Amino acid sequence: MMTEISLNVLDVAENSTRAGASLVRITVAADTAADRLSITIADNGCGMTPEQVAQVTDPFFTSRTTRKVGLGVPFFKYAAEAAGGSFSIESEPGIGTTVTAVFVLSHIDRMPLGDITSTIHTLVVYHPETDFLYQYHYNGRSFTLDTREFKEVLEGVPFDTPEISAYILDYLTENKLETDGGAVY
Amino acid sequence: MKSLEELKAIRNKMQGQVGLRAEDSSQTRVVVGMATCGIASGARPVLNALSGLVQEKGLTGKVAVTQTGCIGLCQYEPIVEVMEPGKSKITYIKMNPDKAAEIVERHLIGGHVVEEYTLNSADIK
Repeated sequence: MMTEISLNVLDVAENSTRAGASLVRITVAADTAADRLSITIADNGCGMTPEQVAQVTDPFFTSRTTRKVGLGVPFFKYAAEAAGGSFSIESEPGIGTTVTAVFVLSHIDRMPLGDITSTIHTLVVYHPETDFLYQYHYNGRSFTLDTREFKEVLEGVPFDTPEISAYILDYLTENKLETDGGAVY
Repeated sequence: MKSLEELKAIRNKMQGQVGLRAEDSSQTRVVVGMATCGIASGARPVLNALSGLVQEKGLTGKVAVTQTGCIGLCQYEPIVEVMEPGKSKITYIKMNPDKAAEIVERHLIGGHVVEEYTLNSADIK
């Protein structure tokens, strides 16, 4: 079982990279007035047929061959629904997949967002071939990390260079702090 | 907000050195399983600890830390595989950041396999 929403984000976004996506858009939006936390992971990977979409929330279905269960998506769905929220997957073969999970912020059974900065940092640094567009919103304020912009600046210097990796982590940490004022939720 | 100007300055500093870091066959590969099973068991902090320590200890030219999907031994996650050129693969199981630090010290730097954390030492029936 996942202990943080950010681990579900990491897991689902890993699926996107394995689906051959060249761009994965991740949006985390918290709104305390509306009492909602919305998470979207949208990719342009290989997509799924309507039959596969229907099966994907079944824990005993997976496209993988290493084992016979696929728990990632069912975990995420259950976490959202158990917290008074909702969960949806839209997908089209050849177009991509969008996963949306909405949580009620104040719900007693909502797991914490957790270390979303570490999740995004891990995704960006270890998937240099995939582009990520990460948007973080908190009560009307927001910041964006677009790896396409970073790559343009870097002119071929890889993300896993220690100095660049540290910069990405600082960028995420500092900008998140300025956006949400250090709110823990 | 942190700007991309800083990134430009780092790029200018790094550009001359990048060629030295290209992956080659003489590098040791350290692979962390990052499927649902690994992530749920704590693979993210293990991966971060390994890559942080490899950088801190100045091993980045010699060791490449990467990730993979499900290794197929979910009950032993987090799993870390160490592949040294010319040697057989070592599979470390049930890792955590502290054990990962030991692997860096004793195996990656010291050259000795940490037997007690390996799959081989597990009591498999």
